[in-house]
Amino acid sequence: MAKFIAPLIFFALLLGVFLKGLDPERDLKKLPSPFLGKEAPGFDLPRLKNPDERVTSQDYAGDVALVNFWATWCVGCRQEHAFLMELSRETEVPIYGIDWRDQREPALKWLQQLGDPYVASGFDVDSVTGINWGVYGAPETFLIGKEGRVLYKHLGPLNRSIWESEFVPLIAAEEGKQE
Amino acid sequence: MKHRFFIAVALLLSGSVWAIDTGRAFEDDETQARYERIISEVRCVQCQNQTIKDSNVQIASDLRREIRRLLAEGKSDGEVFDFLVARYGEFVLYRPPMSGISLLLWIAPGLFLAIGGLIAVRVVRKRMNMPIDIDADSEAEQVTN
Repeated sequence: MAKFIAPLIFFALLLGVFLKGLDPERDLKKLPSPFLGKEAPGFDLPRLKNPDERVTSQDYAGDVALVNFWATWCVGCRQEHAFLMELSRETEVPIYGIDWRDQREPALKWLQQLGDPYVASGFDVDSVTGINWGVYGAPETFLIGKEGRVLYKHLGPLNRSIWESEFVPLIAAEEGKQE
Repeated sequence: MKHRFFIAVALLLSGSVWAIDTGRAFEDDETQARYERIISEVRCVQCQNQTIKDSNVQIASDLRREIRRLLAEGKSDGEVFDFLVARYGEFVLYRPPMSGISLLLWIAPGLFLAIGGLIAVRVVRKRMNMPIDIDADSEAEQVTN
């Protein structure tokens, strides 16, 4: 009997690995952010609405904040926009937008027509900030903690169920920390 | 009719012409060679089975631009790769480094061969030490007969 136990355990482990690999929920296109748990990269960009002024990562220093990369060419951004509007009304967490590789005119029109959920949006026309943040497909949403660390990154359109299952507990834990 | 044929052939052959900023990026041959080697070893994060050398999506061209900028600043190849890995993870490297978790990937074939070899040696040794029971064999023969 004992002679079969080792191969059986090995087989079970292998089965586990294969099942994990076959998981239909698993999206190979989703890459984990190397910034998770580490200090978030900064940014310093001209504002979308007022190009003479700047919006920087210093603006939310010490606070929990969301940094959302969006663009008018991005379908997923349109999908999540209504939810971002709701979010901006119902939470205290400031949402900073980064208008990524976009054109100013349509971006301004987008905010005018669909509403502006952002405290401010930076205009990252040549993707220098995008690359610094490891962004490769909009929309991407980073949750930044009080100490400026990346607590979570969501790739793809944000919605209420993701917000409640992933973001809310992390924000609650972060807010609960002693300053 | 003849024209259509030529157009069809021309279209079939035109794939490679869609290549991207293929012009020389650097004056001196050495930096140009380094640049080309680097971009052919970096995975395009959006179109994941292509290198950024072969891809014409925007993000690949942005990454090529950043690599050109870093090389122009006099950064070494290692520093360029570090820059990319810090932002996009080791996934962007077509040749994973021989360290950390990917070290397992490198040594796994040898490891499995060694384990298999050990098992084979053990089994063979065990069988060699088995008593050769002639009586049992002849008895069995008698039974089958």
